[in-house]
Formats: sequence, C-alpha cells, structure tokens
Amino acid sequence: MTDEYDDDIVLSELPDDELVPQMHDDLYDGLNEEIVEAVNILLERGWMPYKILTEALVEGMRIVGIDFRDGILFVPEVLLSANAMKAGMKILKPLLAETGAPRMGKMVIGTVKGDIHDIGKNLVSMMLEGAGFEVIDLGINNPVENYLEAMEAEKPDILGMSALLTTTMPYMKVVIDRLKELGLREDIVVLVGGAPLNEEFGKAIGADAYCRDAAVAVETAKEFMARKHNQMIASA
Amino acid sequence: MTDRLQKLLDNRDWLLADGATGTNLFNMGLASGDAPELWNRDKPEKILVLYDAFLKAGVDIFLTNSFGCNRSRLNLHGAAEICFELAERSASLAREAVDKRTSQAIIAGSMGPTGEIMEPLGTLTFTRAVEYFHEQAEGLKSGGADVLWIETISDKNEFLAAQEACNLANMPWCGTMSFDTVGYTMMGFTPKNLVELVSDLQIKPTGFGANCGAGASDMVLTILAISEHKPEIPIIAKGNAGIPCIKEGSIHYSGSPEIMANYAELARSAGARIIGGCCGTTPVHLERMKDRLEKKTNGSKPTHDEVRELLGEPSFQPGEKKRVKRISRRRK
Repeated sequence: MTDEYDDDIVLSELPDDELVPQMHDDLYDGLNEEIVEAVNILLERGWMPYKILTEALVEGMRIVGIDFRDGILFVPEVLLSANAMKAGMKILKPLLAETGAPRMGKMVIGTVKGDIHDIGKNLVSMMLEGAGFEVIDLGINNPVENYLEAMEAEKPDILGMSALLTTTMPYMKVVIDRLKELGLREDIVVLVGGAPLNEEFGKAIGADAYCRDAAVAVETAKEFMARKHNQMIASA
Repeated sequence: MTDRLQKLLDNRDWLLADGATGTNLFNMGLASGDAPELWNRDKPEKILVLYDAFLKAGVDIFLTNSFGCNRSRLNLHGAAEICFELAERSASLAREAVDKRTSQAIIAGSMGPTGEIMEPLGTLTFTRAVEYFHEQAEGLKSGGADVLWIETISDKNEFLAAQEACNLANMPWCGTMSFDTVGYTMMGFTPKNLVELVSDLQIKPTGFGANCGAGASDMVLTILAISEHKPEIPIIAKGNAGIPCIKEGSIHYSGSPEIMANYAELARSAGARIIGGCCGTTPVHLERMKDRLEKKTNGSKPTHDEVRELLGEPSFQPGEKKRVKRISRRRK
C-alpha cells in the first residue's frame, strides 16, 4: 500500500502551467510539504490567494473527491490529501481575509450526540473551507442545544450534521424536529451525512439533502447557496 | 478456557447468531444519542427482555450489550470509569437470561470499534487501543462471556489491537469487519485482506467474517469474496436487515423477514457457517431465518445474478473494478 515518491521534481523550476497540475498530483498523493512549498512559490510569483485556492487546492481536492466517490481512494488517502490541503490553507487563510476574497457562505457542522466519529465530518469541514465557505466546527457528541447556540451566535446559512452509527443517526431527526418547533427550520439549509444514511432517510427526517460524501457535500452546499442568492435577487 | 463455540462448530454445520442490539433497544424506548450500554446498569430488565427474545427465537449465539463499552466511547457519556462494570454486567445479564431458559446458547461479548482513528493517520496508539479493548475484554470475561466478539471494525490495526486484547484476556474470540464501502471497509481493506490477516495470526479466531455493511445483497457478495479464498476458519455473516428508513416518525429497516430468510439461505450457500443479523434485525426476522436454514439443505454457491434477484441490487459490482489510482508524475 505504501507508495514511493520521486524527489527529482523541483517545484520552483516548473512554469505555472506545470506547477498547478503538479499540485493536483501532490494533493492526490497527500504530500504536505510539497503543497506548502508550491503555495509559497505561487504567492512569490504574484498569484492572488483566491486564485491559488480555487485553481490549485480546490480543483485538486475535487479530483480526490471523484476518486473517493468511485471507490478508488479510501479514507486513509483522503485524510492525507485533506491534511495537505489544510497545510496549504493555513498559509492562504489570513491572506484571503486581507484580500477580500469572496465568501461562499457560512456553515455550522457537528457530529450528533452519542457519536464520536468525525472522519467524514472533518473531511466535509476541510473541503468546504477549501471551497470558500466559513465553517464553524462543533466537533463530536453534540446535543441539540449546541446546534441551537451556534445558530444563534453565528447565523449560518447551512447546518451540517453527521453520524456514523445506526444508533445515533435518528438523533438528526431530534434536532430537525426541535428546529421546527422553534420556527427556525425555514431559516436554514440542513445537510446530513454519514455511512449508515441514505437519501430516503434524509428526506424522511426532514433534511434538505443527504450528502453521501464530502465532495457531494461541497457541491450541494454550493447549489443551495446559489439558490438562496437567486431568491434574494428575485425578491429584491 | 474451553471454547464452547468451537465445540458447537465441530458438531453442527451452521449456527444461528442474533440480530440487532442498538436498533432493537430503540424500539424499547432507548433515546437516540444515549449509550445503549448504560441500560445494563439503569434498565437491566429491558436488556433481559431483549436477550430473552433472541433466545426464544432460537439463536445458538447471541451478543452482549457491550458494543461501545470502551473508555473512548463511554467518555462521551461521562461513563468511562464504569466501562469495566458495564461490560461485566452485559455478560452477567446474558448469563442470567440463559440460565432462566436453561438454554445452551453461547454468550458472545461484543466489542465494537473505539471510534478513534489510529496512528499514523490519527492519534490513537496501538498500545492505548489494546488497553481500551483489554479492559472491555476482562469485564466481559468476568461477567461470564463464552467467547469475545470483535465487530464492525474497518481498520486492520484496530482489529489487531482488539485480538491482542482477547489474547491478553486468554479468551477465544471471533472477529468481523464492516465492508460497507463498495465492498471494501471504510479504510480500504478487502475481504481477501481479512482472510490473509486472520490466517497469519498466531492465535486464530474461532470464526471470522463480516457484519453490518450496506444490506443483505452486499453481505452475501462479501461472503462469496471471503470464501473464494478458502479460509480454514469458519466464516461469519451478520448483515443488516436492509437499510434504515423512517416510517411514521420512527426508524425501520427495509429488509423484510422474508428477505432475511433468503439472505440466511444464500449466506450459508456462499460459505458462512455462523449466520445472523445486525442493525434492524428483530427476533421475528431471526425466527424466519432459522426456519429457512432448517428446512432447506445447503445449496451450491449462489451466482451474482441469484443474489441480485433474491436480495435486491447490491451497492457495488464485485470484481469488476480494480482499484487503480490516477497516474501521478511523482509517484513511482
């Protein structure tokens, strides 16, 4: 399973149009240091942080997402890729804020009460950040109160819930039902995910969508933000 | 310690294992998000009812309510300090249930994953994982479990840590993984990998195989993928009763008793010798499964088409896709 890598490639000698595809490869291979080095090279060459984010990192993770979806890459590889992206993001994040890069939207995300699993949720978090969302990650084991507090404090566009156990997934319904009771359900897009879930289940508990993996979560979040944007234009 | 399960396997062609624990406890009033294991202390009468329902359905083996009885998981519920006691209680309640019916059923001490990611990807060290599992194993042993039952594992190293804990507790053990991602485990482990892993172990399990996963048809295909490598150790199939759905506000599983009876028959023909259910499998399902296994004789290995026809469309096409990564300029 362990791959060997060629160290002969000198990133700083690659022209932009070779360096960016090389970054896609290095993200795919989960190579942390190489991503950091390449991000710095592009910054030195005068690239805007947002352009690096979208063309190099987000595009690279999109490819990773496709092969994850298709059962070619599995959690271990995707975690390495996501960590490499995170390393790149760490450099870009403060610069993005300074340069006023566009924000896609805001999401509060957390694993539900009784559930400790956060691999998938972390992937969704990282990939959404990579796609330009502001993400407030509540971590694991969240009772309904945690979601409500975060919604109050952060006013997110999207609420994301994750569960890996068949014994915890029904808790998503508890949260959604509470949102309905409080009259808050219409204010927010609810996305749910986790291994034992399926589309029918997502619908039945009253979520807006079920996202089968992190790549789908990003696409779905973007879609809902675009819809919201269009509605705002239409009603203006 | 004598291995009662081994003895039973020496005398019988197939054994019926139990169904769901967590999802059945929901039907008995467990609130979603709460730890099922706390009921060993707080509602022992309900745990006895569940155990008894399995015994009544005629199972040969049933699992204790101890899936999440490890420090890491119970920490969420502020119950890390009592995980030994909860594990012990899950097994002593099982003993009580068995004695009440003067049943010969085997008590299998359930050990689910820690929920943490192991090194190097995560932070859980191998040593720590062994400690978690060992505490649980000793609790189950002390409560009177006949065999320890590692289940729903996706990471090879976590499987190894759990089996080491069983060895430290000097207990016979079984181990199953959850192949829920297009025929692989979430971490990319294959049925073939598992066969090789258990075959190379110093102290071999009494049984091994697959549990949970993505429905009955996936499970039978997984069992076929395991038996293809002709392992000497008996194969276990414990598949979910279909997939979870919500009906009238509460959770149900899509697999009918009839489907599960088909599943039991096909799983046995595919090579499994210990057959049971997992999430969503009720005593009603088990009765039908037992009935079918008793009435029908063991058939030849089912074809993929037969599996599809009797159990529905699987989530993956077996053997069709090879795991080929994209070419990278750097990777050799």
